[in-house]
Amino acid sequence: MSEKNTQLKVSAIKDGTVLDHIPAQNIFQVIDILDLSHAKNPVTIGVNLESKSLGRKGIIKIADRFFADEELSRIALAAPEATVNIIRNYEVVSKKRIDLPAEVVGIAKCSNPMCVTNRQAVTTRFKTIKEGKKVKLLCHYCEKTTEEFIPLRH
Amino acid sequence: MSKSLISIHDFSKEEILHILSVAREMEADKSQKLLDGKVVACLFFEPSTRTRLSFETAANRLGARVIGFSDVANTSISKGETLKDTIKMVSNYVDIIVMRHPLEGAARYASEVCDIPVVNAGDGANQHPSQTLLDLYTILETQGRLDNVSVNMVGDLKYGRTVHSLLQAMSHFSPRFCFTSPDELRMPVEYKEFLDMRGIPYTETASLQEHLCDCDILYMTRVQQERFSDPMEYEKVKDVYRLERAMLEGVRPNMKILHPLPRVGEIADDVDDTPYAYYYKQAENGMYVRMAIIACLLGYK
Repeated sequence: MSEKNTQLKVSAIKDGTVLDHIPAQNIFQVIDILDLSHAKNPVTIGVNLESKSLGRKGIIKIADRFFADEELSRIALAAPEATVNIIRNYEVVSKKRIDLPAEVVGIAKCSNPMCVTNRQAVTTRFKTIKEGKKVKLLCHYCEKTTEEFIPLRH
Repeated sequence: MSKSLISIHDFSKEEILHILSVAREMEADKSQKLLDGKVVACLFFEPSTRTRLSFETAANRLGARVIGFSDVANTSISKGETLKDTIKMVSNYVDIIVMRHPLEGAARYASEVCDIPVVNAGDGANQHPSQTLLDLYTILETQGRLDNVSVNMVGDLKYGRTVHSLLQAMSHFSPRFCFTSPDELRMPVEYKEFLDMRGIPYTETASLQEHLCDCDILYMTRVQQERFSDPMEYEKVKDVYRLERAMLEGVRPNMKILHPLPRVGEIADDVDDTPYAYYYKQAENGMYVRMAIIACLLGYK
């Protein structure tokens, strides 16, 4: 029953992108990373929707906008389980998972207070290390591992 | 961007061996005017007499001139200049930059904002690759080989960056390790996992006496007060090990004692006259290795 509802919501835009299965608590991070607060096209945001796999999930529908894979891979840290639905003429024409990029640039903050990126205007850069479901970040500068994703404030 | 020396991980096994062989040439001929007309900047954003003098002497012995500062108090950095601006400005004056900085990753960042080679002479608690190379040089010199050497690391194995870098660099050469430390300062799990993944054997002990007689290199370190946030923790462990002459009975004849210096109390003065003490020569080797690093990065060897 709930699957059918979700499908209805997804097809509510004519053309565009639907990002589904975003952890509810990270939805604003995703909005930030994709800079959707400055978007001109219609954006619908749903938070705390029921989800079988996540408990509470978030969903973002962006009308008339299609992202490059590289752009979408930037949200992999905030929403590793997210699915991307491409909508054309109310139909889901493609459905895919987000790939974890090998490197993330300018998204996450280093947890080491003595890291140069936290004291000077340096763009952060991390190698991603996947350990089971967890993703660790190895700082390109201070060479320390950050265990938890802390988004950079823009 | 030219090749820099920022982290020991930047150098392959072959590059490490190349630097060591050039360092041997430098030791055989201590004044080579290879860098006549070149200018080396030694930028010490945090004080370090030993490392700075070693690098400056190395540059002078190669015939280069040296500019720089040993303290940021009288520079525009104290006026709030960014690291990027300081490095960009200096890099337009000189041929190579040697720098020490309290922030971790500062040298990596510097190497990315300028077009000349950068040598990391220490970035906070992170890397100090010239120390690692001089340690390797000294092990090679005293043992005649780098392969299959048994190294006993003693002291602060938790915060000590020299032991961490040396451990990683030695992993190219099938070593065996013993980690001697108080419980509070044991080798971090990530480094033990690194060894496990490579099948490199190690043992751990809290007793200095236990593995004195079955190692080739006894690598002593100082417990650094500045790494402790809790002064009580420091008081508990600061004098935990003291190596004395009388303890050296029965050690291997080829065994050598290394220490990155300065020492405080962990090696008694009466050890200095034994054939095992090698820390002064180790410090001297630092100069040859730094000559080799500067010459190699400027393309002379």
